[in-house]
Amino acid sequence: MTAAVLALAASGLSLVFGVMRVVNVAHGAFYMLGAVLAWAVASFVPGPPALAFIAALILAPLLVGALAAATDGLVLKRLNYDPEATIVATIGLLYMIEQAILSLYGPNANPVQAPFEWRIQLPWFGYSGYKLFVILAACAVLLALWTFLTRTKAGLVMRATQVDSTTARAFGINTDRVYMGTFALGAGLAALAGVLIVPIQQAHYLMGGDPLLLSFIVVIIGGLGSLRGTLIAALVIGLSDGVISMFFTPTLAKILATLLVAMVLVFRPQGLFGARA
Amino acid sequence: MALEVQGLIAGYGPVTVLRGVDFRAEAGRITCLMGRNGVGKSTFLKAMMGLLPADSGTITLDGTSLHGLPAHEVPKRGLAYVPQGRRLFGPLSVAENLAVGGLVQGNDAATLTRVLTLFPRLRERLDQAAGTLSGGEQQMLAIARALCLKPKVLLLDEPTEGLQPSMIALIQDAIRSLKAEGVAVVLVEQRVESVLKLADRVAFMVAGRIEKAMEVKDLTPDADVFRTYVGV
Repeated sequence: MTAAVLALAASGLSLVFGVMRVVNVAHGAFYMLGAVLAWAVASFVPGPPALAFIAALILAPLLVGALAAATDGLVLKRLNYDPEATIVATIGLLYMIEQAILSLYGPNANPVQAPFEWRIQLPWFGYSGYKLFVILAACAVLLALWTFLTRTKAGLVMRATQVDSTTARAFGINTDRVYMGTFALGAGLAALAGVLIVPIQQAHYLMGGDPLLLSFIVVIIGGLGSLRGTLIAALVIGLSDGVISMFFTPTLAKILATLLVAMVLVFRPQGLFGARA
Repeated sequence: MALEVQGLIAGYGPVTVLRGVDFRAEAGRITCLMGRNGVGKSTFLKAMMGLLPADSGTITLDGTSLHGLPAHEVPKRGLAYVPQGRRLFGPLSVAENLAVGGLVQGNDAATLTRVLTLFPRLRERLDQAAGTLSGGEQQMLAIARALCLKPKVLLLDEPTEGLQPSMIALIQDAIRSLKAEGVAVVLVEQRVESVLKLADRVAFMVAGRIEKAMEVKDLTPDADVFRTYVGV
């Protein structure tokens, strides 16, 4: 399940870097915003938990995507998407979002009820039905993302912009609009991951740190900007994180993941599936 | 139909490259732009496409001003550009590159058929990644992609550079077909032989200005202007 959520969050980060060449340090904050919005929706929408959850699944990515689009227009575009300047800007954005949530939502971690309570019970072990749902939902979203990128006109426009934004403009592509859409889509994917995880992990204003770190690990190993690499690396890191955490300690899992990143950076700096610069 | 440029001044940041270019290209004619390296020929094409902001001057197509338009609006007015070095979308397939070329016009089947008739070799490579094509095939694709825009004016920056003679002949035939269809072709070219074979008019650029423009029929391969302005 960790791998599935990680793949969702990391694919957003990878997409933003791939198309815009922006290293979005605020990506974890978008993930956290998704979780907090899911809590807010669950608190205010009456009726069964499933109804609130469905509302959160729709609303949170849209609202976070809208915030990201506004950020793109107000900040990133004005910086001409300069790689160094946007890193500093997104660090600032990360702190602004975290402090805003701390002020409005408070420092507590709040649970959100899972949309359904169901357990797969086999003779030798049991598994949460919700976790299985998260895996299937993440797979469906990633498949939809893949289809969007490879089979639609908007996906073609994004990929052309990713390869050469100047030439893309010479063929009538409004790259400013592509960047805005990409940043919103990346943030929306992070928010969706946040909504999916919150019935398991609770919403907290600092919860974006770990997924941000793991997402960076995933996209560095997979190759910045490579969606295929991101998915494979998310599977490897997510599974190994789960298995090592269960049989040893979560700290050891993080140490090994970081070592793997170091080895990739030394022996294959472009990542396993990234193109050489 | 004519593309007309007057007093165009443009450059990169504080460095002025174009220092008042006056230029004209007409429908159904091939106008060559010649000059030594670094005089501003490629910069001029970029400025016409809006990829480089112009500091002053006017660019008009059929009397409609293109000056100050965002770069993505210029192709919608009928200008297409084949940059030096082709700049294909390498990881995308040939078909996808052509689809990007046809975005503005809505990718109609007739245009695609016409383009593939002009360059039949591309038909066999539609699913192949553009970056894996040979140099000549890449140049064909670069021109084909621009033609998918159904341009009124086609700007070509050294389209035969580094190609073998058989490929050069193919590209030149394609350019002649475009002329016959009424497209105004602006061709940056360094080879005198190609200019004399293809062009109707040639403009010589020196230090960011058009120093001299003349009809090609008045020129011979050993004309003094080639030595003076191109150094050959």
